[in-house]
Amino acid sequence: MAAAPASAAGRAPVSAPIPARVWVAYAGLALLLALLPWLVGGVLGLGNAWLRTLNFAVLYVMLALGLNIVVGFAGLLDLGYIAFYAVGAYMYALLASPHFGLHLPAWAILPAGAALAGLFGVILGAPTLRLRGDYLAIVTLGFGEIVRIFLNNLNAPVNITNGPQGVSGIDPLAFFGVSLAKPVVVAGITLLPLAATYYVFLLLALGVVFVTLRLENSRIGRAWVAIREDEVAAKACGIDTRNIKLLAFAMGASFGGVAGGLFAGFQAFVSPESFSLMESVMVLCMVVLGGMGHIPGVILGAVLLSLLPEAFRYAAVPVQKYLFGHVVVDPESLRMLLFGLALILVMLYRPAGLWPSPLRKRELKRSGP
Amino acid sequence: MSAPLLDARGVAKDFGGVKALKDVSLSIAPGEIYGLIGPNGAGKTTFFNCLTGLYAPDGGGFTFAGAPLKASAPHQAARRGIARTFQNIRLFAHMTARENVMVGRHVRTRAGVIGAILRDPRTRAEEAAIARRADELLHYVGIADRAHDLAKHLSYGDQRRLEIARALATEPRLLCLDEPAAGMNATERAALRTLIAGIRADGVTVLLIEHDVKLVMGLCDRVAVLDYGQLVVEDVPAVVQRDPRVIEAYLGAAPDEAGQGGAGEGGHA
Repeated sequence: MAAAPASAAGRAPVSAPIPARVWVAYAGLALLLALLPWLVGGVLGLGNAWLRTLNFAVLYVMLALGLNIVVGFAGLLDLGYIAFYAVGAYMYALLASPHFGLHLPAWAILPAGAALAGLFGVILGAPTLRLRGDYLAIVTLGFGEIVRIFLNNLNAPVNITNGPQGVSGIDPLAFFGVSLAKPVVVAGITLLPLAATYYVFLLLALGVVFVTLRLENSRIGRAWVAIREDEVAAKACGIDTRNIKLLAFAMGASFGGVAGGLFAGFQAFVSPESFSLMESVMVLCMVVLGGMGHIPGVILGAVLLSLLPEAFRYAAVPVQKYLFGHVVVDPESLRMLLFGLALILVMLYRPAGLWPSPLRKRELKRSGP
Repeated sequence: MSAPLLDARGVAKDFGGVKALKDVSLSIAPGEIYGLIGPNGAGKTTFFNCLTGLYAPDGGGFTFAGAPLKASAPHQAARRGIARTFQNIRLFAHMTARENVMVGRHVRTRAGVIGAILRDPRTRAEEAAIARRADELLHYVGIADRAHDLAKHLSYGDQRRLEIARALATEPRLLCLDEPAAGMNATERAALRTLIAGIRADGVTVLLIEHDVKLVMGLCDRVAVLDYGQLVVEDVPAVVQRDPRVIEAYLGAAPDEAGQGGAGEGGHA
């Protein structure tokens, strides 16, 4: 997760020297990320539920960064993104569970899941190349639902997905013979499964961050942004908009596929319920709230939107009991209510997102009243 | 005349019942500045759009540098060496001036996803070359000091220059400018004229749509006049200027000739 001062120079050539305080900020951030499981589990005493939430937050960072390529960079509104997460998750579930009796290793399934999700991205992208804005949103929304409904119904005549019951008993994630379901001992330190999983997820998420940062400042990244800004002009500049758009769909989808595979291995259970439209909307909200097209902003959006609702769930009941003596509004409704309020406030007061790219921010300042 | 760089044969384009282009044939020699003028709605921009692949012509076609141009494939037209600017400026508004020009290099560079991620020496060298060329071109059109401003924050005249820089970044053999002087003041026009002459001197053929007759007549080697989608005349400026059909197209026929009167189109020079 890039520190703030670095992003200001993000668009300048690679050679710009990095000041010492940026290094300090990076080191602090790295230390924080490394110690987070202890902070959450030990110091703050929040327990395993919060470690699980933390792991999901890291998965959502991957999802949001993948969607950011499609929506933030290339400007193609995708409301069915969770379908790619589903493809990755079911790929893992079917190839490493008693359902088919297959138990392939994670290192083989995760890349294959990414590739299959990427293929689905192209399948979604190809018929929608001429669509923009609202029309594209409707088609992608339909695509997301189609995938979910297929997963729900592919249990007859041949049982492939086990229908609404989902697939259970999925093999836990294991790398190089080390299973993440049992405590892992690294250099004399014993990591509990949730903490070990956190480090694996974090490592992969950092990989995704690295790849998106590199893509952003590249010939391909510029072509995506050019398409977002003006498709006709992009064509006139010699950009093959068909291929470059399909590439955006495929890249974004493959990140979703990896996250889906990790999700299946982590949960040990997948069912179509986990891949509803609401999930797509949630990931889109992370991208938009955080700062569309700006990688640190998108990460911030994903972390906030996955942690805050959980925090809220824990706080809602005790706070209401303390204030009113009994529970006035059921926590789940209150959560959605406040979520809606937060969305409206952000759109009113920070229309470019909580942490927009420095260029966008400058522009809003200038063109503002 | 040597072999033409661009040869348009019988180009036609209909929009519903409106014949925007009717059997337009013209040819442009390498190294010349070729003007395309005509009243509003005469089909000049439609001709550009057919040439650069944004529209597929309904009849006829183009031969460019000896080989036929594929219809409705804008990025291939750019690859073949045809670059254009737009009548209503179409820049990448939220990219910096430099990035806009860097996008123009897309078609002449190769780095893909793998190169971008690994940033291998070849990709790094290519990236550096792209940035260097972008800076050169910004300097060439005279807006080097605005390199790191967003395109949308440039003045109107600078935006036109930036569009030309972006078009030049694709290494065109034929540069098509759609009303580059529109909205410019006299000083800016003079500078633009110097710029276009310089581009030609560097070996790029220029096709120019322009309303400013003085600019066209002073700059172009040959001029074609379109009216109601038809090519009225094609010749050197001095001849075109005196051609009665051109005067009629621009100012309307004299009342005693037109019979019905008021047949003229509301064009202006």
